[in-house]
Amino acid sequence: MKDLKSQASRSTSPGKGGLTPEIQSRIGHQLRAMYDDVVRQGVPDRFAELIKKLDAPGASPHVENEGGSNDNNNGRD
Amino acid sequence: MPLTDSLRNDILAAVPSLRAFAISLSGNADRADDLVQETLLRALANIDSFQPGSNLPAWLFTILRNLFRSDYRKRRREVEDAEGNYAKTLKTQPSQNAHLEFEEFRTALDKLPQDQREALILVGASGFSYEDAASICGCAVGTIKSRVNRARSKLAALLYVDGAEDFGPDETVRAVIGGSGG
Repeated sequence: MKDLKSQASRSTSPGKGGLTPEIQSRIGHQLRAMYDDVVRQGVPDRFAELIKKLDAPGASPHVENEGGSNDNNNGRD
Repeated sequence: MPLTDSLRNDILAAVPSLRAFAISLSGNADRADDLVQETLLRALANIDSFQPGSNLPAWLFTILRNLFRSDYRKRRREVEDAEGNYAKTLKTQPSQNAHLEFEEFRTALDKLPQDQREALILVGASGFSYEDAASICGCAVGTIKSRVNRARSKLAALLYVDGAEDFGPDETVRAVIGGSGG
């Protein structure tokens, strides 16, 4: 049991000041995995079209605001 | 500067990471895409104020971050409610596979104070320098560094320390092996 405990604390305890390199890299890895997962999805058509549309000469900046308006939600901020 | 083809392409190229940033900040894919859309509209409307040669992604991230923050208080209650329930359903489940581990990470990230979360994402995932991250967040470089450090410590505490039981079966197995081997 004592063995197990020291093993656990060696690999997981982040001391007061700094994290173990192992935990740092684990956090970094998960953070990038989460992020890159979205990056790999590329550019959704919605945005490609938006940028194309606005680029066209005489394009109106009108864009339908799907998902409802944000301005008139219940009163308080 | 005017909206040239190359600038338009550069903006387009930044969209995937803008989305990733927006999702990381908001924890909600639909809302993230609304944020990205607003960011693009605002960027294109204010393209004259973009300094040619300066860091376009940083400029776009700044717009998105400011939009998110100005919108944040408005929506906080509803978002927290949704996420709270979500987190509760996750907590009742053991960490069985990579997907759940990912969800746990996501949940822990959402528990960080907003300042720390955005600093960590900008530096640790978007790959901005501390200097760029500081300019995106409108604060000093030292502030960004300390936010990133605090964010890491807090994540470690949430995920890897108080979760000793999270190792569950693994730890049991290790204990058994350790016991019989000693």
